[in-house]
Amino acid sequence: MSALRKGNIVGPVIGLLWLLVIATTVAVMMSFITGAAFRPGLIGSLLIGTGLGAAALRVKDKWLLIGGGAVATFVLMMIDFGPVLTGDGVTFVHKILTAVLIGIGAGWPLHSMLGGHPTGEMNRHEFEEIVIRFLTGFGYVFFTAIVVIPFYVMVMTSLKSQQALLQNPLDFTVDLSRGWGLFRSYHELFRDFNFGSYLWTSFIVSVITVFVTLLFSVPGAYAVARLRFRGAAAFSRSILMIYMVPMIVVALPIYIVFSMTGLRNSLFGLVLIYPVTTIPVSLYMLQGYFRGLPAEVEEAGLMDGLSRLAVIWKITLPLSLPALASVSLYVFMIAWNEFLLAFMLLDDPSKFTLTRGVASLNSSEVPRQHLMAGAVIATVPIMVLFLGLEKFMTKGLTAGSVKG
Amino acid sequence: MTTAVPPKGTGPLAKREARLAWGLLFPTIFSVAMVIILPLLSIFWISFKPIGLADLRPPVPVVREQVRGRPAAAGDSATIEYRLRNSSQDKAIKGVTLEDDWPPGLTLTGEVPEGCALNGQTFFCDFGDIDPKYNNRMKIEIEVGQAFFDWGGDPKDSEPIVTGTADFILTNSEFTLENFARIFDGSEFWSVFGVTMFYTLFGTIGALVVGLFAAMLLNQEFRGQGILRGLYLFPYVAPVIAVAFTWVTLFDPTSGSANELLIRMGVTDEGINFFGQKPLALIMVTIFEIWRYFPLSFLFILARLQSIDSDMYEAADMDGASPFQKFWYLSLPMLLGILSVLFLLRFIWTFNKFDDIFLLTGGNAGTRTLTVNVYEQAFAVSNIGAGAAVAVVVFGCLLVFSIFFFKFISREEGL
Repeated sequence: MSALRKGNIVGPVIGLLWLLVIATTVAVMMSFITGAAFRPGLIGSLLIGTGLGAAALRVKDKWLLIGGGAVATFVLMMIDFGPVLTGDGVTFVHKILTAVLIGIGAGWPLHSMLGGHPTGEMNRHEFEEIVIRFLTGFGYVFFTAIVVIPFYVMVMTSLKSQQALLQNPLDFTVDLSRGWGLFRSYHELFRDFNFGSYLWTSFIVSVITVFVTLLFSVPGAYAVARLRFRGAAAFSRSILMIYMVPMIVVALPIYIVFSMTGLRNSLFGLVLIYPVTTIPVSLYMLQGYFRGLPAEVEEAGLMDGLSRLAVIWKITLPLSLPALASVSLYVFMIAWNEFLLAFMLLDDPSKFTLTRGVASLNSSEVPRQHLMAGAVIATVPIMVLFLGLEKFMTKGLTAGSVKG
Repeated sequence: MTTAVPPKGTGPLAKREARLAWGLLFPTIFSVAMVIILPLLSIFWISFKPIGLADLRPPVPVVREQVRGRPAAAGDSATIEYRLRNSSQDKAIKGVTLEDDWPPGLTLTGEVPEGCALNGQTFFCDFGDIDPKYNNRMKIEIEVGQAFFDWGGDPKDSEPIVTGTADFILTNSEFTLENFARIFDGSEFWSVFGVTMFYTLFGTIGALVVGLFAAMLLNQEFRGQGILRGLYLFPYVAPVIAVAFTWVTLFDPTSGSANELLIRMGVTDEGINFFGQKPLALIMVTIFEIWRYFPLSFLFILARLQSIDSDMYEAADMDGASPFQKFWYLSLPMLLGILSVLFLLRFIWTFNKFDDIFLLTGGNAGTRTLTVNVYEQAFAVSNIGAGAAVAVVVFGCLLVFSIFFFKFISREEGL
């Protein structure tokens, strides 16, 4: 093993592996952008990868590596030996773009992976450093790709027309000349499929769920965190056990009872159930936060003649606003994304929540772009909330995401 | 002389505090008991009942009242018609009675049907037991007097009241073991169980390993770290319905982009049916599970990684440890606690997962897990009893896991 740890061997091997990664990435990316045929080529990757890998150990200037990589790629592509092979319908501009992307994607990272390392014998540190840099680079490309591709497909499909989709499923170019026509699926969802009312229903149900959850769990969490009573430990433990109960098992009896009492197909029934699924997690998150608050402030309040409830309202709650925000966001997310109960308990299209509405689009009679537009409508509000308040959300997730 | 001893037992203050605590906890306890615990217990009851989806409506007697003959002036005759029906096709109803308040000014001219009597203005019938599919009309001839027109009301205002008790399958004493015999019958149960374990085990381990990798990536300071962290959480934050349908669209055998891409790249000649072939569909739903839940493990692991003291790494550097040695001998042991907590929690949650598989394949093509089977039995086959029996099996498995979980985990991390 150590005999192979020479710069002149490690460099080209890493270069080759990296070029395979980059060639595949660029090919997939170009295919998704243009809809034409791109695929990674082995021979071109081998030539450019080993070459750039060996060069990266010696050349100090990264622009030289990028430029060299791009030019070499372009030349090889012209004689059909490139790291990315192209099929019919690929224009000259696309080829240049591909070469530039390969140049940047290969030259820059290889420079930071291999630059400054010896061409001869390497010690273990240097070798592992290179491998880790390679894995890091691979990780960024890999994770970004697996997260971005599905969401990209979701948004782009919703903007296409049925024929365009069937003709070339890979073609996600957006025809800007269609103007507002691009958003036809969305327009039709709101006009013909009642999506405006679904959005509103989902919003109302989620907000009520948040309020009821807080109303129930704040006093409970305070009791567990601050008051001494027998069974406090057993209680906080058994509240965790509620996490372990699968919703589908509980949903079956609820379905039976709701069918018999006529609560099925009513939003009131939904609002009865939703908060209970979130109260345990919210109570658990809040009691952890309450424990961290200084008890002295509350004791001072008690000494000054406030009742316990007044202490909670006037002292504890204002101090725990960040935690309340986290919990609210998390509960809102759970209620907004909830599918199983809405699916089982709602049959009446006038009462659907958004997730139930999107599920109703999944039939052979409704075109795909409508389904994807529905998915986008369901995703965007929660994403906006998430990106806007990421700090709170991440905190809420880490504190309470025992729940799936 | 008495020696001073500390007070024993609970004083009035402590008692008041405990009372307040239980008072504050009461809403939570009550709601959880009603919505989670009670249904959970009732599942056991239902699993021993021969009940189908159609049995959910108890049989009831239904009556319709009509006045025929359009009386226009005092002395006209008319007919009151009652139509009594049993809503059930196969169950009798016992002790059916009918009671109706008649408007004033009506006098009987014809026969009163058997079992009926007019008492003042109250018309009352006792039908005894009525058979399944019972459907009968009764006509009562009357004469309308002036008092009716003076009254001026609508005779339809007083609804006839019918009573009767039927044997309701959920509350009677009929029990059966057939549901359990049915679900354990043949090799189907074990194949479902095998699929569940495959999905749970590989979904959990995969999400952990991928999450660990992602956490290692983001455990370094660089520009855009926050953006990437937010981006990598997308699969978990987005509604399951949106991402599941996106995957179905993406991997569609005829119009999916993934297949088109593979064809263009020359990997395959014709579209692969990713969610419709036997071993592949199960692998795909497991990959989906990993994709959707790696953000969760990555978030936890990252939080733990960032709380590790950097002194240790400095000491390791002094001792000449290589990067991989630092990972293997320092980071990994420090992460073992959170990894085992995550493993057990995710294991149970993946085991419980229903939506993902239901939306991706509907439980077809060899992807039916126990939870999907609950739904299949109860709603697709319309046999609620069998669905409840599967639910009992699910619950039993979970109980075993949970006991293991609390024995093993409560000492770690204190989650």
